[in-house]
Amino acid sequence: MTQRQSDRTNVAPGSVDLTADVLVIGGGPAGTWAACSAAWRGATVVLVDKGYCGTSGATAPSGTGVWYVPPDPAKRVAAMASREKMGGYLQDRRWMQRVLDRTYESVNLLAEWGYPFPTDDNGQSRRTSLQGPEYMRLMRRRVGRAGVTILDHCPALELLIDESGAVVGATGVRRQQNDTWVVRAKAVVLASGGCAFQSKALGCDVLTGDGYLMAAEAGADLSGMEFSNAYAIAPAFASVTKTLFYNWATFTYPDGTEVPGARSQGGRSAIARALLTQQVYAQIDKADPEQQAVMRLAQPNFFVPFDRRGIDPFKQRFPVTLRLEGTVRGTGGLRLVDDTCATGVAGLYAAGDAASRELVCGGFTGGGSHNAAWAMSSGFWAGAGAADYAGQAKVGARARPAGGIAFNSEGHGEFDPASLVRHVQAEVFPFERNYFRTGAVLSDAVGRLDALWESARQKRASSREHIVKAREAAAMLATARWMYRSALARTESRGMHKRYDHLQQDPAQRAYLTVAGLDDIHVEARPAPALPPEALAA
Amino acid sequence: MIEIVSLERCVACDLCVQVCPTNVFDAVPDAAPKIARQADCQTCFMCELYCPVDALYVAPDVQQTLSVSEEVVAEQGLLGSYRASIGWSRGKRNRRGSDQTFKLIASPH
Ligand SMILES: Cc1cc2nc3c(=O)[nH]c(=O)nc-3n(C[C@H](O)[C@H](O)[C@H](O)COP(=O)(O)OP(=O)(O)OC[C@H]3O[C@@H](n4cnc5c(N)ncnc54)[C@H](O)[C@@H]3O)c2cc1C
Ligand code: SF4
Ligand code: SF4
Repeated sequence: MTQRQSDRTNVAPGSVDLTADVLVIGGGPAGTWAACSAAWRGATVVLVDKGYCGTSGATAPSGTGVWYVPPDPAKRVAAMASREKMGGYLQDRRWMQRVLDRTYESVNLLAEWGYPFPTDDNGQSRRTSLQGPEYMRLMRRRVGRAGVTILDHCPALELLIDESGAVVGATGVRRQQNDTWVVRAKAVVLASGGCAFQSKALGCDVLTGDGYLMAAEAGADLSGMEFSNAYAIAPAFASVTKTLFYNWATFTYPDGTEVPGARSQGGRSAIARALLTQQVYAQIDKADPEQQAVMRLAQPNFFVPFDRRGIDPFKQRFPVTLRLEGTVRGTGGLRLVDDTCATGVAGLYAAGDAASRELVCGGFTGGGSHNAAWAMSSGFWAGAGAADYAGQAKVGARARPAGGIAFNSEGHGEFDPASLVRHVQAEVFPFERNYFRTGAVLSDAVGRLDALWESARQKRASSREHIVKAREAAAMLATARWMYRSALARTESRGMHKRYDHLQQDPAQRAYLTVAGLDDIHVEARPAPALPPEALAA
Repeated sequence: MIEIVSLERCVACDLCVQVCPTNVFDAVPDAAPKIARQADCQTCFMCELYCPVDALYVAPDVQQTLSVSEEVVAEQGLLGSYRASIGWSRGKRNRRGSDQTFKLIASPH
């Protein structure tokens, strides 16, 4: 590896120092399913969350549709085929099938556990949508009942590796105690979510790509990082990036005329284009009164900002914006190497948004229920895989912290997280850089981001309070560099990645892009799976 | 952003200190928690859902801090309004199972 390796040879004891078979980092859907599944396999499990397991992450405040499809072969094939074109034919049917099977089982378990699924007029239980607060409160209870130790407000800062390079735990801070924790484990599941660059998208400020950075420092690589420019519609003043109801909206310029081509689905770039020069407004004016009532019951969180501002979104127009959701509603992440959701590094597993979702989504999701299905399925497999690996793993005698950037003990000058975050945001937020991508603009941005990295790695974060924000900022910077390097390498348009200098999809580039490295980053193509029969026929 | 901890209503259970994902509050012994790091608030409304006495108010605005008065929001029925709408307050529990999303999306896609 080329990055400056940590000069620490042994991890210092933590104020809390625990030993477990499996450590799960992150307590969203992926992490909670991973923790349960590892514990059900007989492993001792510790789960750490940066925030609070049950409220933290993208799902808890947002809620999600779920890819819950009954095991009827025709329906399953239709469900798989329906999104393949949008995803640029990068999905893997075998994985899609697995995820459909696993999601069906897991959602039915939720019902057994008492999740209050609604029933329709025919008395049938409807299970395609999950209310975030309800779902994640239930998952926390199940994690507790499975005997898992939960450490809240305990951000992981870096992984521990043994002499052989296998991952053997992690360490971080207990931010409400202002001291440290160490968990020595035989296997680690990274379920720390994606990276939304602190754009204030709903629930996403805790999602700063920490897992990507920690894993890369241990030698893992990523895939699909060019599919990382998901932008979601929100009221200009608010955080609520819930986009479904904008399917019933009209988008207008300040003078009241319609923005041509603007739509929530398939017309979001027209909104972005208009926002470059002026304010855009929306009004949910195409919902009839019955639909309006249904909407209030379906997504109470959507209405909170409006009710508090005294706006009736059905009758009045309101200013909107697009917030970057990066890989949270993109699809890139850590590359998985087998069915147990192992990464290429011994002892390290990944699930949910921390892992690449190209296998089921290809290059596009924008929501649409695959992410939730992926989080619960990959979490379940990663937990089981980690537990099984822990059962036979031989851990070395030494545990060395693998973190590089911000831990530089010879660093000159203090790491300035707030300024670094602003610089990274200035590269990744603007539509003219990240939405309307071109080679020239991406190259310039890569140059500036590389310079930021070069300077940041000379600095050090001296206080414990400081180190959490410094590592978050560093992880966002690393993510931005992987994202734009991959975007430069894909000289075509596919999935959500649109190159305005290469507008066509190029059949020769139907491949996955792996990106690896910290100081020096390299991108490599890997073959995509065989095309599904329908696509071949077309 | 989080704007109000009602000193009148708060029973100092410190649940909000525990559940806030971005660690905005500091516990104060035998008193209402302090909004210690308002700028870190991500406007996710989760603290309101867990407060057992509807003592918290999160304004919808992500950027600016607005001066909002407790009296006004209480009068407008906004204290605890979100908790009631998801069926987490007493007398509203029947709303927990009333998610109607399936009427808007024909089938998962
Ligand atoms: C507004 C919105 C609406 C969405 N709607 C849909 C939808 O309808 N359908 C769909 O399929 N998907 C949807 N998504 C995407 C979906 O929410 C995510 O794919 C899903 O939450 C991923 O689960 P996760 O467990 O991987 O990550 P998260 O739920 O984001 O959880 C990650 C957890 O990791 C913790 N963490 C982060 N860093 C660290 C660290 N260093 N140490 C310890 N813990 C850490 C965080 O605190 C958090 O608890 C939506 C997303 C948003 C933002
Ligand atoms: S709105 Fe969310 S981030 Fe803000 S104080 Fe409440 S729980 Fe914390
Ligand atoms: S949750 Fe409510 S009652 Fe409890 S400490 Fe916070 S504000 Fe006070």
